[in-house]
Amino acid sequence: MAAGQQWVLVEMVQAFYEAPAYHLILEGILILWIIRLLFSKTYKLQERSDLTEKEKEELIEEWQPEPLVPPVSKDHPSRNYDVVTGPPSHKIIVNGKECINFASFNFLGLLDSERVKLKALSSLKKYGVGTCGPRGFYGTFDVHLELEERLARFMGTEEAIIYSYGFATIASAIPAYSKRGDIIFVDEAACFSIQKGLQASRSFVKHFKHNDMEDLERLLKEQEIEDQKNPRKARVIRRFIVVEGLYINTADVCPLPDLVRLKYRYKVRIFLEESMSFGVLGEHGRGVTEHFGVNIDDIDLISANMENALASIGGFCCGRSFVIDHQRLSGQGYCFSASLPPMLASAAIEALNIMEEDPGIFRLLQDKCKHVHKALQGTPGLKLVGEPLAPALHLQLENSSGSRTEDLKLLRAIVDYSLDRQIALTLARYLDKEERFLPPPSIRVVVTVEQTQEEIQTAAQCIREAALNILKR
Amino acid sequence: MTESAGNKNEDCHAANGVKAGRNGMVKNHHHHHQCQKQEEVYHAACNGELYSRPFIESFEETPMLVAVLTYMGYGILTIFGYLRDFMREWKIEKCHIAREREEQKDFVPLYQDFEDFYTRNLYMRIRDSWNRPICSAPGATFDLIERSSNDYNWTFEYTGRVVKDVINLGSYNYLGFAENTGASATAAGEVTVKFGVGMASTRQEMGNLDRHEELEKLVASFLGVESAMAFGMGFATNSMNIPALAGKGCLILSDELNHASLVLGARLSGSTIWVFKHNNMQSLEKLLREAIVHGQPRTRLTWKKILILVEGIYSMEGSIIRLPELIALKKKYKAYLYLDEAHSIGALGPCGRGVVEYFGLDSKDVDVMMGTFTKSFGAAGGYIAGRKDLIDYLRTHSHSAIYATSMSLPVVEQIITCMKCIMGKDGTTIGRSRIQRLAENTVYFRRRLREMGFIIYGNNDSPVVPMMLYMPAKIGAFGREMLKRNIGVVVVGFPATPIIESRARFCISAAHTKEMLDRALDVISEVGDLLQLKYSRHKVLPSLDRTVDEE
Repeated sequence: MAAGQQWVLVEMVQAFYEAPAYHLILEGILILWIIRLLFSKTYKLQERSDLTEKEKEELIEEWQPEPLVPPVSKDHPSRNYDVVTGPPSHKIIVNGKECINFASFNFLGLLDSERVKLKALSSLKKYGVGTCGPRGFYGTFDVHLELEERLARFMGTEEAIIYSYGFATIASAIPAYSKRGDIIFVDEAACFSIQKGLQASRSFVKHFKHNDMEDLERLLKEQEIEDQKNPRKARVIRRFIVVEGLYINTADVCPLPDLVRLKYRYKVRIFLEESMSFGVLGEHGRGVTEHFGVNIDDIDLISANMENALASIGGFCCGRSFVIDHQRLSGQGYCFSASLPPMLASAAIEALNIMEEDPGIFRLLQDKCKHVHKALQGTPGLKLVGEPLAPALHLQLENSSGSRTEDLKLLRAIVDYSLDRQIALTLARYLDKEERFLPPPSIRVVVTVEQTQEEIQTAAQCIREAALNILKR
Repeated sequence: MTESAGNKNEDCHAANGVKAGRNGMVKNHHHHHQCQKQEEVYHAACNGELYSRPFIESFEETPMLVAVLTYMGYGILTIFGYLRDFMREWKIEKCHIAREREEQKDFVPLYQDFEDFYTRNLYMRIRDSWNRPICSAPGATFDLIERSSNDYNWTFEYTGRVVKDVINLGSYNYLGFAENTGASATAAGEVTVKFGVGMASTRQEMGNLDRHEELEKLVASFLGVESAMAFGMGFATNSMNIPALAGKGCLILSDELNHASLVLGARLSGSTIWVFKHNNMQSLEKLLREAIVHGQPRTRLTWKKILILVEGIYSMEGSIIRLPELIALKKKYKAYLYLDEAHSIGALGPCGRGVVEYFGLDSKDVDVMMGTFTKSFGAAGGYIAGRKDLIDYLRTHSHSAIYATSMSLPVVEQIITCMKCIMGKDGTTIGRSRIQRLAENTVYFRRRLREMGFIIYGNNDSPVVPMMLYMPAKIGAFGREMLKRNIGVVVVGFPATPIIESRARFCISAAHTKEMLDRALDVISEVGDLLQLKYSRHKVLPSLDRTVDEE
């Protein structure tokens, strides 16, 4: 085939001469480039500096880490706790002195209830204390199932799920539904456990001004415009609004009917945190939905802890089965943690029984809240923050000294003064560096049904005296 | 350097003089007269002088045929899953799944379809193996409430019957303190009547009782450290305190198989997280060197501090952390060690003080000792212990102290009583004898299971015994067959374990008597023959033929 080959060679040489110049130049450059790449040194993206072993050892020797924790000064305000001896009930013994309790969230006075204690005791005699396992692995007891059913029935929802720790409830619920890429609209005054839930979910978080529905609507409208630019993406991004029924930091109620209206207008789901309003608001204590007369199915998820009104430990979420059932496999605090000790669940069931038998207790609590609110008005130098129907109010300094530590010192002095005169109060505690919107320092005043008129008057008088003595400038 | 664990009992062990591999593992070719064809991997301690006792862990390789069959099984299930989804979509099959409200149909769907594929089509079939309700204390035996399902596990009804005295191989009741009688229950009962159960306030506000402080002092003396702090939930102890210890600019080195709470705590802290291979000290050393020599990835600044997160006993693998090597590494590279002893506190060590005592090390070498009270103390909650400055910092900066309700008093009382019992401070030897019984039970149970031919993972001394099932159908079958014969076991599959390595996990307790264990072992052997679970290719001589006594 020599002739054929020769013929091909001639053709090639001819094509070579006939090709346009730019073509030849381009091919020439490409060939040179390939040769260069073949012979150049390969480099990695992360340049490994050519340190010798000796240099590496020196670096390792020299490196000094920071201490594991920074030192805490001796007069840090939260270093020394107030010590309570004896039961934390209406008459509480703080630092050796018996005081009237205006500091524990014992709204319905059930911490002391004999019925609850006896029920817990009988449960202890049957089950022991611990459950020794998560819900999936023989940690489900009949009392847990009973409590879930009772809570769902009480609130009027399809299903409820219990957690063994109040803080972990909303902090596990939010990340179970909202993932990276989803959008959450949350109030600025949201409590710390909601903030941790938002952080764990890795979603986009947009804060709106506290209880400001116009600000929220503005944010929702902005999001709507974004959606129209990219409808495909908008079809898979979930949106949520997270609000509290009764805010723990500002002691006021969220405007729920407006929120529901916004929900249907902009197609966002609502998660409602009712730790402070469960067992407080509403005719039967069902919370802020009953208070406003909103249909409970309009709220996608209600979360509350059982540590305030129910005087037990733990928390629960309730809502439709479609929503709640998902948490049984993806709620981290539910699947990977031991279940609630059965005696605490029994105590909660008994507390629910008491709440159902006597709905007048909520009316009583409301009246007391109004009394306390009125009595604390007009304290010189202190302003009362909170609505008349909120059971946990804040007393803030009217004129801040400018430095948070100074303000805290003054407020602590007022608290100490009150403790000396047998009124137990406490400072509202926050983690200064971690809170997104740090509330101003304040004294927490909690109303319970067990406080009598005289006690309320005495407390108000005492606080007035303390303010006069300590805050006179 | 190549000293193997002086394991003279087992026939197939690393002979002295065999060179250890790069990661401390010694590949064995068994030349014994009981010749094996398959290689087996034993983890032998390679730094003989660091380990005062033999460290024997084994993770037998999955047999090839079993792996293939398992993948096939999952493949068939997936195909059927798609088929069933199709039929449900077109209403050929009745749909039991809960549906969104009519009024909210035009909202963005709450769940993606593929997220729930596994739940709908695989988990649902064997859902009755989990969430089994009981109605007695979770001791050595419990009473199970019987459930039945008419629609293939979509809904359950209670038949009304209670299955009594089911042997409990599932609850984390290592020392048997989950009982409703005894000193701890009495003490807790007294406290319930006197103090009530709730607290209604946080530690920093009005919820700090003298009993809490007493508990913390007791925990500190139990562990041999300066100071300790207790929290109401074990999971939250990790997720709330790791962010207080590490932050931006810090590096967290976390084991591959760490618990969800450690992973969540690391994520919430905002630090950079690097993962090292499970229990592999060479992988960890490599990461440490790289971290210190090269600094932070883009800015090349040095790291502020390095925190290593490990667990004492890994409950899914049954492996024990290689603590002596880890402490040597930590000292050399000046990193901080966070040890999560959720499963190992009370369960390891001659006095029940955990994995540090088990290896004979100094608890001052571990910077942060964390543990839970749920497992060995039959209560609830967690603790962190260490130096006084660490605990003072946590008292002021821990999320739990500021925002979470403090521990319930009956629970605190239970922990105090159990801890005193273990320490011997109540004047009895109950604690001591329970620890001994747990160790004996563990060794006996593991040895018998090995002899029967099952594949068991983990360390010889760990009371958590994972037994391999592999195939998806056997997960459900094993759980059900054991329950039929009155034994309650825990089975785990994906996503808690890798997809083909599903297993049954037994938790041995000091409350189990030898008769219970023997009965359980006979039943396991019977079910194992029925379901063909005896995969192990490694033969172990039954104890009668051994020449040397076991330790």
